Amino acid sequence: MIDPQMFQLVCFYAFAAVTVVAALGVISLRNTVHAVLSLVLTFFSTACIWLLAEAEFLAIALIVVYVGAVMVLFLFVVMMLDIKQEQVREGFIRYLPVGIIVALVMLGEMLALIGVRAMHQTLMGANPATAAGVSNTEWLGHALYTQFLLPFEIAALILTVGVVAAVVLTLRHRTGVRHQQASQQVLVNARDRVRVVKMAAVTPAPSPAPGKETTP
Amino acid sequence: MITLSHFIVLGAVLFSIALASLFINRKNVIVLLMSIELMLLAVNINFVAFSRFLGDVAGQVFVFFILTVAAAETAIGLAILVLLFRNRSTINVAEIDSMKG
Repeated sequence: MIDPQMFQLVCFYAFAAVTVVAALGVISLRNTVHAVLSLVLTFFSTACIWLLAEAEFLAIALIVVYVGAVMVLFLFVVMMLDIKQEQVREGFIRYLPVGIIVALVMLGEMLALIGVRAMHQTLMGANPATAAGVSNTEWLGHALYTQFLLPFEIAALILTVGVVAAVVLTLRHRTGVRHQQASQQVLVNARDRVRVVKMAAVTPAPSPAPGKETTP
Repeated sequence: MITLSHFIVLGAVLFSIALASLFINRKNVIVLLMSIELMLLAVNINFVAFSRFLGDVAGQVFVFFILTVAAAETAIGLAILVLLFRNRSTINVAEIDSMKG
């Protein structure tokens, strides 16, 4: 019988290891497409870690929004642009020591800070959502639609602005290309296109044109 | 047993990796954008962990907003990148220096 707490810890270490390795892949892989796929793995294993922290809604939202939308957008742009791989990795070796030193110093400082606080560690207690008798999604949604309603509306506005800005920025008007113009098509009248000609129901037999007599 | 420090250390490691990437990948704007995403992810891990351990819903709500803003930021950033590549035919940061005096 495995202790469930122990099993959680083992799962956490496994997911954390995958996250860190994939993040290292993001910054060091030579091919940009591989780097994007590595970032997808990072997000996925982070979502697993959030599931361990019992933040179910955000874990699924991370997968749906990031893996499903944002990373596909990244992949789309990476594949659309014709980038020469050897050019973009110039200076990788040159700046490697600086990057590693800065990152290690910063990591050391942060770990020192965390280590001081870790003297009186909090163990993972009861899930606050379960304590309130609701699911995580309900807990989050209740706060989102009452206490944080205005920020929620502003977030929706920001997303709309983002969509409009992205379209407007990449819109390109080429000269010499004949586009379909929907507004012009809608504005057209039947009168302008169709001319009704009044004529008798029975037409008289056409008189043979002069000089065209071929039959005997 | 998972403690708060586990989550914070993971966030710190991810943030440092992303910071190193800003120095290493100085030529590629796409990788720079991706390391910004990694930084935001590290911050989000901290928010989720603190929300869980302090029992406060505000942390998870804030992660929700960060996800929203980051998605909009990525869309606009990639649009600018496409525009830049169309006009300059390069995504090398060092070559984008037309505003240099």
